Amino acid sequence: MSTSNITFRETGSSIKVTPVDEVSLEARAASLATRSIKTNSKRAALHLAIRCMDLTTLEGADTPEKVASLCQKAKRPDPSNHDVPSVAAVCIYPEMVHHAVEATKGSNVKVASVAGAFPSGLSTIEARTADIADAVKRGADEIDIVLNRSAFLAGDEQRAFEEIVASKDACGKAHLKVILEVGELGSYDKIRQASMLAMAAGADFIKTSTGKISQASSLPRVLCMAEAVRDFAQQTNISVGIKAAGGIRTAKQAWHYLVVIGETLGTEWLSPEMFRIGASSLLNDVLLQLKRLDSGSYSGPDYVTVD
Amino acid sequence: MGNSNSKDGSSLEDFGIEYASAVESTSLVNIKDKYGLFIDGNFVESSSGKSFKTLDPSTEKPLSVVTEASSDDVDRAVRAASVSYEKYWKKMPGADRARYLFRIARHLQERAREFAVLETLDGGKPIKESRDVDLPLAAAHFFYHAGWADKLEYAFPQRKLEPHGVVGQIIPWNFPLLMAAWKLAPALACGNTVVLKPAETTPLTALLLAEVIRDVDLPPGVVNIVTGAGKTGSAIVEHPEVNKLAFTGSTEVGKLIQRSAVRRNLPLTLELGGKAPHVIFEDAALDQAIEGVINGIFFNQGHVCCAGSRLLVQESIADNFIDRLQKRIELLRVGNPLDKNTDIGAINSQAQLERIDQLVKAGIEEGAEVFKPSCSLPENGYWYPPTVLTGVQQSHRVAREEIFGPVLVVQTFRTPEEALEKANNTPYGLSAGVWTEKGSLIHWMTERLRAGVIWANTFNKFDPTSPFGGYKESGFGREGGMHGLAAYLKNSGGRS
Repeated sequence: MSTSNITFRETGSSIKVTPVDEVSLEARAASLATRSIKTNSKRAALHLAIRCMDLTTLEGADTPEKVASLCQKAKRPDPSNHDVPSVAAVCIYPEMVHHAVEATKGSNVKVASVAGAFPSGLSTIEARTADIADAVKRGADEIDIVLNRSAFLAGDEQRAFEEIVASKDACGKAHLKVILEVGELGSYDKIRQASMLAMAAGADFIKTSTGKISQASSLPRVLCMAEAVRDFAQQTNISVGIKAAGGIRTAKQAWHYLVVIGETLGTEWLSPEMFRIGASSLLNDVLLQLKRLDSGSYSGPDYVTVD
Repeated sequence: MGNSNSKDGSSLEDFGIEYASAVESTSLVNIKDKYGLFIDGNFVESSSGKSFKTLDPSTEKPLSVVTEASSDDVDRAVRAASVSYEKYWKKMPGADRARYLFRIARHLQERAREFAVLETLDGGKPIKESRDVDLPLAAAHFFYHAGWADKLEYAFPQRKLEPHGVVGQIIPWNFPLLMAAWKLAPALACGNTVVLKPAETTPLTALLLAEVIRDVDLPPGVVNIVTGAGKTGSAIVEHPEVNKLAFTGSTEVGKLIQRSAVRRNLPLTLELGGKAPHVIFEDAALDQAIEGVINGIFFNQGHVCCAGSRLLVQESIADNFIDRLQKRIELLRVGNPLDKNTDIGAINSQAQLERIDQLVKAGIEEGAEVFKPSCSLPENGYWYPPTVLTGVQQSHRVAREEIFGPVLVVQTFRTPEEALEKANNTPYGLSAGVWTEKGSLIHWMTERLRAGVIWANTFNKFDPTSPFGGYKESGFGREGGMHGLAAYLKNSGGRS
């Protein structure tokens, strides 16, 4: 494979990109998914999953009321149990940011906004950075942008890189998550390259997917990204976060992701500062599992709130 | 998103999350107090009345008492096989032989958990390996060879072939059931009858397989399983009515067997030791190559004849690669083999543990640097931590002798020529591994590496369709695939 010439924006030093072997990568991910966890550790794992969760609504039909309801759930996922922590963030469109800022006020739930011509990224860079700056101005703590897959796949890595650099500058103090949309990249080699490119360009987080296409996060894809993050940290001493999004619906899946991150990157990454799970329906399954730990039996879907 | 260094190697436990001690239940397994010899379809006593204990190497607790077959017992077994060959097996159409093999395969699948637990108890290997590797592969070998039983004339067209008759088979302790399957399935598919001896430290799954063989109504005497140590094996090797020998084990014993077989002009296959080179080029998929190296040497505690025990890594990436490797080794979980989260189980026996320890000490004396992770080892039982020896030179003992334990020796090279030269400079030639993203380099290496099995960008992959065997002191003859079948047939003269 061609190793692209990626340079680290901070230092100008070149970043090495290692190829990825598909068969072995998938075998490793599958073997990590067979780890089983102690019952008395399950609560800690489920709480951690909640603390790392980005509750997401990205629909054209989103309304201020819908966002308010999501924020309430984010702050207090289980109204009947105050031990259950709040989630890391809510993830919404820029138009909804000020509603979310209002609704999360006084809590430690962050407001993340997609921006920059989400989900395709195919607008002029001026329009994209203006969108980002607007979302930041409205109070977003975190900005989720997409990699320009069109430029990246056409071989114009330089342009994809520069757009991320410009986006990062437009973010100011807000944290930048770069969505690679791994389901469109076609190979693990490309995922690894895109990960390195995004990190070198200044991403604080690299994120799997927009949630807008069916091919989203998977364990081997996140393992591939985690290995890239590990490699980047080794080469630059910079620790970049990872966000897995799309298709993560069950507590057990979430646990598998925690294992992959923990065993690949170490426990330093097992915190909302370094790892996020973007999901909409996952939280309720996690809550049901927590209730089961308390009561010993499974309650039904009507015992968790639909938001 | 701080600038802190990544602290690879910290474990989830530090974070209040622990993996379950997910210990597989042993309730499925019914270990008898004592096992007889399986001769002529029945479990029988030894004529000498001698017996020996078999242990759980992870606790040193005795599991059962096993009968030691005397030369008289071996003689009984060989006669039973001989009679059975003439009476049933020789005359039976291939399609009917296939039915028995299919039945054995299905029984292995149905009782897979029971077999896996017993294999782990008796041998010390992690349950995840006996469950995910040994059992599925053992069943696959019976399925595969069942398919050949009635198609031998298509496997070897234009040749008139027949079985040897009684075959003597001696198998090692590292893959007790799987090796029994590798040996029995092709022998039976080709129409031979068998006297098989499992290793003295791991006889139990072969004896459970004997029960399966009885349950599937295989005609009595077609398969006979005799337990014992070297003497028993030697009685099989020396028996005048054994027409072919197959042995998997140490090169030392293999040479003794060959001496005896040559004297009598007996057909023989030997699958012996190895010191496989695992070659990592600078352009390899490094994170996966690490996994390949880990799997290559720590699979089954390194008790693998084809283990990738000599790491040859290109000098330009050596420091980085060894650093990654050591961080990865810190994450390996050594402990109770029945725990589903265990990566490395117990060393098979006291004797093997001593041999590993002695060789590693020799390596350190000769100037190698040793790396062992910080993992704690259980108090009882036989344990050795995953170990890496760096700074090893070609002339060091640890680079030349088979350690047969979780010990990797690391050497470096600068060019493909040098890698090849070092890789081939060994008395062994069983397996080798090559990691590079460059296809032409894979071909260049595989054409020149003198090893029976070469894996590219993977390691320790097995399949019944693929012939397995070695060069030089790693033995001769192949097992698996059509090459493996051929070993169990002889020319009957003339052409069909």
